[in-house]
Amino acid sequence: MSDLTKLTIAEARDGLKASKFSARELTAAHITAMESAKGLNAFITETLEKAVEGATRSDDRLAKGEAGNMEGIPIAVKDLFCTKGTLTTAASHILDGFTPEYESTVTANLWAEGAVMLGKANLDEFAMGSSNETSYYGNVVNPWRRTTDDQPLVPGGSSGGSATSVAANIAMGATGTDTGGSIRQPAAFTGIVGMKPTYGRCSRWGTVAFASSLDQAGTMTRTVRDTAIMLEAMAGFDPKDGTSVDMEVPNFEAALTGDIRGLKVGIPKEYRLDGMSEEIATLWEQGVDWLKSAGAEIVEISLPHTKYALPAYYIIAPAEASSNLARYDGVRYGLRVEGENLDDMYSRTRGEGFGEEVQRRIMIGTYALSAGYYDAYYLKAQKVRARIAEDFKEAYKLVDTILTPTAPSAAFAFGEKGDDPLEMYLNDVFTVPASLAGLPGISIPAGLSSDGLPLGLQLLGRPFDEETVIRTAGVLEEAANFTAKPTTWWRA
Amino acid sequence: MGMIIQGATGDWEVVIGLEVHAQVSSNAKLFSGSATEYGAEQNTQVSFVDAAMPGMLPVINRAAVEQAVKTGLGLKAKINNFSVFDRKNYFYADLPQGYQISQFLQPIVGEGILTIDLKDGVTREIGITRLHLEQDAGKSIHDQHPSMTLVDLNRSGVALMEIVSEPDMRSPEEAAAYVKKLRSILRYLGTCDGNMDEGSMRADVNVSVRRPGDELGTRCEMKNINSVRFIQAAIVYEANRQVDILEEGGTIAQETRLYDSVKGETRSMRSKEEAHDYRYFPDPDLLPLEFDDAFVNAIKADLPELPDAKKDRFISEMGISPYDAGVLVAEKEVADFFELVAKGRDAKLSANWVTGEFFGNLKRTGNTLATSPISADALGEVVDLVKDGTISNRIAKEVFEEMFDTGKSASAIVDEKGLKQVSDTGAIEVAIDEVIAANPEKLAEYRGGKDKLLGFFMGQVMKNTGGKANPGIVNKLLKPKLDG
Repeated sequence: MSDLTKLTIAEARDGLKASKFSARELTAAHITAMESAKGLNAFITETLEKAVEGATRSDDRLAKGEAGNMEGIPIAVKDLFCTKGTLTTAASHILDGFTPEYESTVTANLWAEGAVMLGKANLDEFAMGSSNETSYYGNVVNPWRRTTDDQPLVPGGSSGGSATSVAANIAMGATGTDTGGSIRQPAAFTGIVGMKPTYGRCSRWGTVAFASSLDQAGTMTRTVRDTAIMLEAMAGFDPKDGTSVDMEVPNFEAALTGDIRGLKVGIPKEYRLDGMSEEIATLWEQGVDWLKSAGAEIVEISLPHTKYALPAYYIIAPAEASSNLARYDGVRYGLRVEGENLDDMYSRTRGEGFGEEVQRRIMIGTYALSAGYYDAYYLKAQKVRARIAEDFKEAYKLVDTILTPTAPSAAFAFGEKGDDPLEMYLNDVFTVPASLAGLPGISIPAGLSSDGLPLGLQLLGRPFDEETVIRTAGVLEEAANFTAKPTTWWRA
Repeated sequence: MGMIIQGATGDWEVVIGLEVHAQVSSNAKLFSGSATEYGAEQNTQVSFVDAAMPGMLPVINRAAVEQAVKTGLGLKAKINNFSVFDRKNYFYADLPQGYQISQFLQPIVGEGILTIDLKDGVTREIGITRLHLEQDAGKSIHDQHPSMTLVDLNRSGVALMEIVSEPDMRSPEEAAAYVKKLRSILRYLGTCDGNMDEGSMRADVNVSVRRPGDELGTRCEMKNINSVRFIQAAIVYEANRQVDILEEGGTIAQETRLYDSVKGETRSMRSKEEAHDYRYFPDPDLLPLEFDDAFVNAIKADLPELPDAKKDRFISEMGISPYDAGVLVAEKEVADFFELVAKGRDAKLSANWVTGEFFGNLKRTGNTLATSPISADALGEVVDLVKDGTISNRIAKEVFEEMFDTGKSASAIVDEKGLKQVSDTGAIEVAIDEVIAANPEKLAEYRGGKDKLLGFFMGQVMKNTGGKANPGIVNKLLKPKLDG
């Protein structure tokens, strides 16, 4: 039998239904791949027993003809989703030993459709980071290497473990969360497809919160079709989340018609940054040509407030985070470092429990919300956010989807951008505006850099119009025909 | 009348504003489905949301919103169809989220009015500034372990209405009347049980003093006072403390103070400088709370008659005195009981019986309305018997006491003891003749001009008839006979 880990979700689904192999065999192949890829540090917790149990259940259901849409598909779960009975850390020391008594809605939906959990994927601590260098459990390593050197590269972040596990064929798909680009940017860095649906499409219940008004669960897979399959399984209205939207989940796979004739694709002029790398600019041009050839109409649009998006994001997200992370106080669960009194216990626990980047964002957020600064920072940022949403609303009167690069560069080496937080934050420049506006976005691998690293293109859509995004992404994927794979150096 | 403190340097006027925290009567907490029963075992009414487990989200409880709107309507207040929940951030061991979800800039209810009832039927209008919904915190228990503080999260997340008054009150009595009236309205509405002992109603009391007619002085806030008596005592102490400082040329520091009910004094908790920066911002987990007029109108249509309206009706339609009407409407249960008694009967007589003998006997037997052995119908029968002259008022009181003690009906006791009032003129005439015959000297004295002896003869006749003779008829027949 050929290597089962090379299959797409769609292929595996069909193979399982046709009994070409069993769910147990499929899971076993992935467990073997996991074993040989420990050096990538993609997982915080491996749940191999659960995986085998799940696969066995899937075989039963397949035999009975009761298979769900993700039946028997082994996936990685970003360790930000609470999983009942399985350690959940958010990659933070402060959640030491925290094993939830409940299951997040997104993962519960996936299990209901038959998916099998391989383990909890590593990430930036509390999803704060763009390189997966802030995890208490160590860096995740990108399976890709430059053709010019052997330096280990970052997988992007914060969903770095998810991205690496999918790119290295350890998992067939992975859940991610995207607050300012945490799915799309690592997808671009690792040569896979990453989709953040519209804010409100997937429930946030049971997902450790970073910035509540921005956090949105999404998918990381190797093809657009797999994204469609997996997203449909995860999404849906949840009365337990007040910001979840009560709308039918469409059949996303059916959106993959391959036909975008007459579709209007917007190219925002403000995304042509000064000093944008030639490679990125060329890839973007290439994307435009591909879509044009497929019959789409290209329209230059303006999103005038784009340049304010990043600063606004880096006020709003830390502000919400500073409040969301107040619950990690050593009183009820996770780490507690005893102190002389309550305040001392708080500061010792939080001082030791949170890493540097998390502490930085708590400080920034606390400052932005403080009396006397609230109007100048938080309120102003919210006004900017409203303008940015308005920009998109205007643009979508003219176009159906928007094409941009996903990230300003390919994956970089560890430590390369670690010293200057601002330089690191620039990674999110293309992804953040859609996050602020709550719009769906997808990154698909579209080409290689001169030193052989994957580069991504991003498509954005109207609110709750994931279908157009997926349809267009399907066309782009076919045109790009991205078949490059990293060498499996980590197996050595 | 306002409270004036006479200082050595002149008069000082006391200014009071209240923030009342009223627990919403509801089966579930404000943002979780947990139960809210009082007195449950510690930490048994706690959901993952109430304990702020990672990834848990608040979802607004519709019933609590309805209760807040209902209360707003009861306070004749502006209902805001659009309001926002904010986070009030601070750390404390019994605040699991590290923030309280409250409403800061855009509360669900705006300005309203509460009419307070003072002595001698005087009323005053007190302005309501706002009403907002918020979560309660848990409870820290400091005295059950030598070195640890224990935390009970049963109250964590319980829905509270914070009802803020204007600084319109001028005396402890007015503050007391405000709290009582507010409690009465909340109970009428069924939006809060008003039970201060169980903490379902408590007040933050703001007190300042000023020269009459001056601008408002600097205020001090006393937190979490849970009885009307303590509220009054705290105001008296605090106002005098402030006057003493000002009289000596000092200034009042704006601060939060604690009222110690044992020592009867207030103590500084934290100054303005030490006050928390709560970093309020809209809770991103909750969309703004929006509803349409139809939602409000449906609640309005269901609003019960409130104490002020009921009092007016008792006075104007039933002829009850303003004082009695005030007493009867203070508690909805009493008003309902009274209306049952008065239905188809003499309203004034019914009111006298409810406020007089009925309350008296409840007190005598250690009962409350809820545990009363006498139903409204049973009391109504007594009123009927008095009204139609079957028994006299005096006999009725004895009968009523026996009803309380035995649970028997009025007519049964009257029959059993033969207490029926005698209105038969023939029988009464016989009794009068007997008394006159037995007292020839008194008769002579009476006829000699000692008019006062009429009372003596009256008493003798009543005594000889066992009190059953109809006093009116005795009176009518006795005088002509004495006069010869």
